[in-house]
Order: sequence, then C-alpha cells, then structure tokens
Amino acid sequence: MSDTHAHSVAYVRETQLSQQPPPSTAAGPVKWARDNLFSSIPYTILTLAAIYCIYVILAGVLPWALNGVWNTNNIRECREVLEGTTGGCFSVLSERWNQLIFGIAYDRSEYWRPTVAFILLFVAAAPVLFNKLPKQMLVFTGLYPFLAFYLIWGGTIFAPILALVGIIVGYVVYSRLVTGSFAAGFFGGVAAAAVTWWIGGFVVSAIAPQETFLSAVPSRDMGGFMLNMILGVVCVSLSVPIGIALALGRQSDMPIIKWICVIFIEFVRGVPLITLLFVANVVLAYFLPPGTNFDLILRVIIMITMFSAAYIAEVIRGGLAALPRGQYEAADSLGLDYAQAMRLIILPQALKISIPGIVNVAVGLFKDTTLVSVISMFDLVGMIRGPILSSTDWNGVYWELWAFAILLFFVVCYGISQYSQWLERQLATDHR
Amino acid sequence: MKKSVFFGALTVAGLAAGVAAAGTLDDVKARGKLNCGVTTGLVGFAAPDANGEWNGFDVAVCRAVAAAVLGDASAVEFVPTTGKTRFTALASGEIDMLARNTTWTFSRDVDLKFTFVGVNYYDGQGFMVPKELGVSSAKDLDGATVCIQTGTTTELNLADFFRSNNINYEPVPIETNAEAQQQYLAGACDVYTTDASGLASTRATFEAPGDHVLLPEIISKEPLGPLVRHGDNEWGDVVRWTLNALITAEELGVTSANIADMSSAAGDNPEINRLLGTEGTLGEMLGLSADWAKNAIAVSGNYGEIFEKNIGESTPIGLARGLNAQWTDGGLLYSPPFR
Amino acid sequence: MTTMTDPPQGSFRLSMLLNDTRYRSYTFQFIALVVLIGALAFLMSNLFANLAAAGLNISYGFLGEPAGYDVQQTLIEYTSQSSHMRAAWVGIINTLLVAFLACLTATVLGVIAGVLRLSKNWLVSKLMSVYVEAFRNVPVLIWILVINTIVISMPAPRAYRGETPDAEMFLGLIAYTNRGIYIPAPTWGPGSGIVALVFLASVAAIFFLRRYAIKQLFDHGRDIKTFLPSLAIFFIPTLLAYFIMGRPIGVDVPALQGFNFQGGTQIGRPLIALWLALSVYTGAFIAENVRAGIQAVSKGQTEAASSLGLRPNRVMNLVVLPQALRVIIPPLISQFLNITKNSSLAIAVGYADVTATLGGITLNQTGRAIECILLLMLFYLTISLLISAVMNVYNRSVSLKER
Repeated sequence: MSDTHAHSVAYVRETQLSQQPPPSTAAGPVKWARDNLFSSIPYTILTLAAIYCIYVILAGVLPWALNGVWNTNNIRECREVLEGTTGGCFSVLSERWNQLIFGIAYDRSEYWRPTVAFILLFVAAAPVLFNKLPKQMLVFTGLYPFLAFYLIWGGTIFAPILALVGIIVGYVVYSRLVTGSFAAGFFGGVAAAAVTWWIGGFVVSAIAPQETFLSAVPSRDMGGFMLNMILGVVCVSLSVPIGIALALGRQSDMPIIKWICVIFIEFVRGVPLITLLFVANVVLAYFLPPGTNFDLILRVIIMITMFSAAYIAEVIRGGLAALPRGQYEAADSLGLDYAQAMRLIILPQALKISIPGIVNVAVGLFKDTTLVSVISMFDLVGMIRGPILSSTDWNGVYWELWAFAILLFFVVCYGISQYSQWLERQLATDHR
Repeated sequence: MKKSVFFGALTVAGLAAGVAAAGTLDDVKARGKLNCGVTTGLVGFAAPDANGEWNGFDVAVCRAVAAAVLGDASAVEFVPTTGKTRFTALASGEIDMLARNTTWTFSRDVDLKFTFVGVNYYDGQGFMVPKELGVSSAKDLDGATVCIQTGTTTELNLADFFRSNNINYEPVPIETNAEAQQQYLAGACDVYTTDASGLASTRATFEAPGDHVLLPEIISKEPLGPLVRHGDNEWGDVVRWTLNALITAEELGVTSANIADMSSAAGDNPEINRLLGTEGTLGEMLGLSADWAKNAIAVSGNYGEIFEKNIGESTPIGLARGLNAQWTDGGLLYSPPFR
Repeated sequence: MTTMTDPPQGSFRLSMLLNDTRYRSYTFQFIALVVLIGALAFLMSNLFANLAAAGLNISYGFLGEPAGYDVQQTLIEYTSQSSHMRAAWVGIINTLLVAFLACLTATVLGVIAGVLRLSKNWLVSKLMSVYVEAFRNVPVLIWILVINTIVISMPAPRAYRGETPDAEMFLGLIAYTNRGIYIPAPTWGPGSGIVALVFLASVAAIFFLRRYAIKQLFDHGRDIKTFLPSLAIFFIPTLLAYFIMGRPIGVDVPALQGFNFQGGTQIGRPLIALWLALSVYTGAFIAENVRAGIQAVSKGQTEAASSLGLRPNRVMNLVVLPQALRVIIPPLISQFLNITKNSSLAIAVGYADVTATLGGITLNQTGRAIECILLLMLFYLTISLLISAVMNVYNRSVSLKER
C-alpha cells in the first residue's frame, strides 16, 4: 500500500477483521443435518419417511416394552395387572426362564453345570479367537471338550478321560510314525486311538462306579437355548476338520477321492437342512445295525455336522484357490511331500483367508440349530412352540416370547459377526 | 470290530443304547427306565408343567406301566413326538411304547406293524367354532376355513366328511396345537377340528372358553390307545394288562385310597385278590413281580380316578365320561377278566 | 503331485505301493473305494435287515393311491381323490411359486436396502443397517413364525361384517384379512382373446419401435423421441379392441359371503407369511451382497466416468452397475438357492409346499418314510443342481477375459 493511495481512499482498514464464526446454518448440528439429512429434496423425503418409520416402530414397541409386567404367574394375572392398558406380559420370561434356557428335563439342582461349561467356553475359545493371548492357554482349549462333556452329561468321569487318553495315545503314535510318512503316522495314530478306546471300553465299564460324582444326564434332557448352544458349538468344531479334509479331497489329483468328495459336498449343499433332520429323525434308524439305537441328539449332531462340513469345505476350497500357484510350486521345490506342503505351507495361509467365511458358516449354522424344533426337540424355539405356548398359563403370549428369542439370537450372532469383521480388519493388514 | 469299537465307545459315553431285538421287557428292566412317547404338549393328556414335570391322562398310563414293571412310577423318560416322528420313534426302538392319542386303525396295525394293546379313550373327530358365528351343525360350514392339526387321521376324515356332504372348505394344516389355537383365536380360521377330547382340552386353555362351542357332529371313530411294536408279545402283554388292570380296578372298586388295605391281605373277592397278587401267580406269568398291578394302580388310582384328575368334569377340560364309562354304566370300557 | 525324478529301475516291490508316488495314489484310491463300498454295503445290509425284521419293504406303489386329503392353495387341479403323486406335484409347484415370488421381492428389497445403506443420508443408512443386521442375525424360522404372527393379527373376515365394520376393503376392491389377500380377478368373456392378442401385439410393436430408434441413433445420429408414441401404442389399440369387442373383460370383485370372501383371486395367508418372511430375511443378505458389489468397483472408475462427462445416473448405469453386477450376481444366485431351500420351512406356517405334502401329510398317512424323504431330497437336489448349472454358465460368460 502506497501513501498516495492512502490519500485517495476515504477509509482503509488497517487491521484484519477478527475471524467470525460460520453462519449457524453452516456449522454444528444444523450443518450436519443439512449435509446428512436434508441435502436435497429426495433426501429430505427419504429422511422424513425414515423418521416416520422409526416413529411407528417406537410407538408400537415402547409402551409395550416399558409398561411390561414381570412378576405374575400366568397370563390371566398379567392381564388383570395391566387392566387393559398396552403392555407386555414379560412375566412369562421370568416364570419360565429356566425352561427357556435349560429345557424342561434338566435337573434344577444341576443348572450350575451347563452354566460353568458355558463360562469356561469363553476361556477355551479366547486363545483361538485372539492371537495375542499366551499360547499356553491352548492346552485348556484342548481339554475343554472333555471337561464340557463331563460337566454337561455327567456320568462316570472315566468316559471323557478314556476319550482323552485315546487321543493322546493316537497322537503319540502319530508323532512317532509321522517321520516316516504322514500316511503311516495318520493311520497308525487312528488305529492306536481306536484300540485304546476298545480296550478302555471294557476296562471302564468294569471299574466305573455306580454312584458318580456328577449324576449322568441323558442327552434327551437337554433343551432350551442350551441345546442350541451345544449343537452349534459341537457341530462347528467337528465340522472344521471334516471340512478341511473334504476341501483337500476335492482339490485332489486322485479321481476317485475327488469324486467322492464332490458328490458328498454337492449332495449335502443341495438339500435343505430340514430334510437331513428328517433323515436323522425318521430314516437313519433303519440304517443302523439291528438292535442299536443312537440318541436323537447324536443323530442330529451327525447330520448337522455333515451339513456344515460341506459348506465349510466350500469356503476352504475358496481359500485354497485364492492362494497363488507359486505357493504350491515353492512347496514342491523345497522337496516337501504332499502332507508337509499342506500342513506347513498351504493350509495355514488358506485357512487364514477362509476364517471370515468359516465364521459366516458358523453363524448360519448356529441359527439353523433352531430347525430341530421341527423334529420335536425342545430347543429354544421348540420350547416356545411346544410346552410354553400350549400350557394353560401362557397360552397366547407370542410377542414377548418371540422378542426374547430374537434378542438372544441377535446378541450371540451379532457378537460373532462383529468379531469376524474385527478379525478381517486384523488380517487385512497386507492389502491397500 | 470297527463297529464294536465305535458303539462300545458310544455306549460308554452313554450316547448309544443297545436294544436287543426281542425282549423289550428285559431291556426296560435292565435299563431301569421306561421310554414312553407322548405328545409335545396337549393339556390334560400329556404336557409338562412349569417344573418340567409331565402330567396328563396319557402320561398316567406310562407311569402305571413303569410302576408295574419297575416298581417306580418316576422311572419314565418322556419322549415328546410329533405326528410325523411318533411311528418311527417306536419302530426304531427309541421308545418302548407310545401313549400319544394315537388312533387305532387297520393300516397302522397291519401295514405299519404296530400292536395296539387296547383303548384308553374312545374319541371322535369334532369341530369347535366361535359362538358368535351362530353355527349349530357341521353341515352349515360351507365355505369355511378349517384349521387342522396335521399328522393325524383328521385330514382324511375331514376330506371324506366334506366330500360326502358335498360342501366346500379351505383346509389350513398346522403343525402344533399351540399354533392351531393361535390361528383359531385370531379368526384366521372359522373352525378348529381335531379329536373332540383335544378340542375340549384346547378350549380349556382359552381366556373365555364359554365363547366357543363344540358342534354336535362327531365325524369319525377315534379309539385312542397305547401301542407297541409288532412281534414282542411279552411286552405287549405287559402294557395291555397294565391298562386292563386300571380299568378292572375301577370296575371292582379298587382305588388309590383303599388299595393299601386291599392288597395287604387276601380279601373276599377272588378277582381283586388275583389282580392285586394276593392270590394266584398272574404277575409271575407276565414276568413281573406279584404286586405289579397294585403298583400300577397305586400311582394315580384306577382308570376313573385318572380320568377325573386329568380330564374329568372337575378339571378345566371338563370331559364327561360318555363312551368312556364302564360297561356297567353304559360305556364301552370292558376289560377282559383277570383269571 | 508330480515330481520329476527318474523312475527307479528294478522290479516292483510291495513297499512301492506306499512309498512310490506313482503307485501311492492308486493305493489310497483303492483303500478309499474299499472303505466306501464297505460302508455302503454295511448300511444297506442294515437297512434290509431292519426292513425284513419289521416286515416292511421299499415300494413306490403308494404314489398311485388316492391321497385322501385336501390342499388349500393349488395351481393345478387337485381333489382329495387325486393320487399322492398329484399331491406331490401340487407341493412342488407351490414350492416353486413361493421361491419365485420371494426371489423377486428379496432382490428388489435387497437392492434398495443395499443402495440406501451406502446413501449419504445418515438416518436412512443407519436404518438400513439396523434392518440388515436384525434380519441377518436371527434364525429364519423365528422370522417366519414372527411374520406369521403379524399376518395373523390382521383383521379377520368377520371384521368386515356388520353395519359399522372394523375394517374396510381397500378402495372397495382389495380385502386384506388374516386368511389372505383377496384381489379382483379378471373374467374372460367371449372375444377377450382378441383383446389380449392386440395387447401383446402392441407391446411387441413398442419393443420394435425402441430398437428402431436406437438403431437410427447409432447409425445416423437421429434422435427419435419414443416416449409418447410408445404410450399411444400401449393404450389406444387395446382400448379400441376392448370396446369394439363389446367389453369382454370384466372384473370379479371379492365380496364377503358366508364365512369368507368369495370371488376374485385369493392369495392365501400361509403363502403371504412365507413369502414375506423369506423376502425380508433374504433381502438383508442380498443387501449386503449389493453393498459389497458396489464397493468393489474402485473409485477410479467413477472418477474416470465423470471425467468423460457422464452424468451421475449414467455413471451408475453404464459404468458402476455393470461392473458391480459381476460381483453381485454369483452370491445373488446362491441366495436364490437358499430361498428355495428355506421354503421347506413352510410347514411352520401351514403352506402346502412339497415338504408339507410329500414329506408331511403323505409321509404321515402312508408311513413310507424312506421313500418320501428320498423323493424329497431328489427334488431339492435337482433344483439346486439346475440353479448351480445356470450360475456356472453365467460365471463363464461374465468372467473377465484377460489376455
């Protein structure tokens, strides 16, 4: 600015204007609302429609949920308490809580057993789910199936111990023989375990005391949400190894093995789970040796495991296919044989890619365990559809029970899928 | 060998049970428990209460058999079955007997190879309608929507009835009784049809049972009874004569109240003596203890007491004896003699 | 495993069956085959032993016998005197019907929810997230039962009765009750065939007009307006034919008569409940697929299209969607497969699908469990394999042809 100029102009501001806050329409919640809710006419319409939707849902649900009755003994008392006002009879949940969670037949004094098993499940699952935890915890994970079996089913403690001993013997034999060849180790291990169980079976039935520390619970007595959890956890954990075997078999060069796996996978994926459950319930008995009879729950576990193994096999096949060809070639060039290459190079990578898919299958499978209600098992849905709704006390309490079932499944499944997404982010460090 | 390892391991784990092909009686004794198939829930006949305790008319039969065989009325494992699963459950040996309002029909007896040991309830298929519809006869139901519980003979009876009367209807097949009553109460069907006893039992759970009427027509004969597998006559005899013992007990005036007295020493009536094992060797012939019938009756009384306690006129279900009265009272219950 | 070592010389030794890679695969396959055959033989011998012990046999003769039961909603003629085979066909057609309807609505719902979930409108995208998560994380059986309960709580037909009815028909034409929705049905008088033909012909004419216009645009650069002519062709000839033939096509409006609405077309409550439940449930999964598909198209594509001067909706239609579809369609088809399989839960709402007729009432009435379930599995397997075959063909046709 020159002096001459200064004279020719009547007024010159010498200091800079202090910064003004942005107009109220361009800041804070108003700006946020304008940007995110009302940025254009169609958006405004959408927003209003969404607000209306939320209003309708809340107007329906809130009075019902907030004005709920929690401590009556049957629906008539509950209706008296409500005196015609809107409100849920949630007392069905408090009165039938034990039945919803544990089913009708599990002994009341033994409820602590499945509860402890459920809590320990988190301890056992933690090292598998979170890499950062100390690896020593995996020992507990390995012991957990036997511990949980003992807690839930009870009976003689020698049965799970025998199962454990068989597996340990099998593993010892396997690790001795695997240096020669994987096949010899594998089959040797299986044979050793089988022999142990066979001999042990006689020993255990001879020495097992009649009075056991934890009373035996027949698996028919399992019910409620506990049954869903048992089926879900058992079937998923059993189906992962079977799924890996099927996926490898499907990728195999050996035509017969390949076709056995392909036919199995496509067959199981092609039929609805409900027909497989019908098979478990109605047909399977005809295919067992005359004079033997499995428990229904075991037949159902076999069928659901087959079902999820086929789906997991497809997920893992995707993981195997996604590995670059070079990985296979690199393993070959190191002189590794098939078993070594798979165990040391291919599967660790393929499984890592497949984890989100496996978790999806697991969530789907857990949800599908409700289908057992169709074959007259009293899982959570079966309890609601059967004994509770048909009882004189709670005939007609649909919404409260279904809301509870939805909530329970949502919490578990949403939790698992959030974990899966977290894991995906953890594993996705190498991309982008 | 492979098989025996597998099943051996499973048996040790308590998950599989060996069932000998012949000799259910021995199996039950060895197991110490009776596996009895019941419905998934029909109030009055078989339904678990809030404590998970099964109660009802059919359940009482199971308990009586358990008491007769094992001397312990609580040694019963109740296996809930649906219309679809009940027959396979029995055929495969998963259950020892089925007491689940199952109609005795020719094809079930002959073609499906089951033995019906008797009739514990003479029933017939009926209709329930809301009073406000003003229907007084099933023949007025032209064009109505009918809820049926599937897996029973009801569908066939219904189709026959409407076809022979040349009227139209819309069937809505429904899996469970609870869902059928949900739909019926909501007005999704005009009529609910199943066995008349089932209708009475369902109506009893309604908030306002008086708003619903059972139509006079009974369109079928439904003799309901317990059944066992074909070919195991010893076991069939046990169940058959346990049921007969309950019926005879009512005829002879043996009740849960006086049974202790009557069985303590031989009385004047030789048939009561034979029944209660104070005379003769009937129990031994069945392969049971001498006081088998006493145990069976002591559980919840004779047939009449069981009826009154579970479904009789003093209960919400409120069924009259009707056909199910003793033959001496003009009913159909007529047990062969204990001799 | 092919390793390139020189084949060892010398005679064949037994240990080579296990140690020599050339023979080892044969050994394994042989073992697998023997185990498989052994297992099958074991199961079969058990089956025959059990059947013989129970005095039963495997026979499909029951399929020819009269079924004896009625079915609520049938697309083909069926009475209680028809055979079990016919009942099975009724069920198959009902399965395909509900699967087809649910596939359509689930796709529409899924695409809308998927696109809206990516919307910049915060409220809408959150609402869609809630929808997707709520339906994905709860078993379909529960949703079917819940939606059935919702449908049942609609007004009963008796609510339409009386001087001051509790419910009124929508526009006087459509009645929604808890037994189903009753909509007006066309009645076809004599001469209505000609009207229908004229209508079809005019639709074909519009199609050809559009193709001609596009060809002109591409070949000669002439832009022919087709909207108004299309509209004219659509309505005028058909209306003319309709009046010339003396208004042969009427409308049969449902009316309350006796217990139910009579006349019109009824869409039964079980169908609606199942259709709705499968649609909203699978819609949530499809929404996720759509979202993933759109997000898989890299931002550079959008920017490149914009820099070519394409308007936003053209960017979507010409650039983003075609590429997204490649990602969306394979999972979409497997969702269709899931719908077909989940439709087997129809028994929970009383819809007469194949699981309810063949695998339900027929099985119960005849006691032929093995036969019925075998046929049932065969049906679902056929459908699945057909859909997989379609998917494979599609995948091959859209796979990126690099190099």
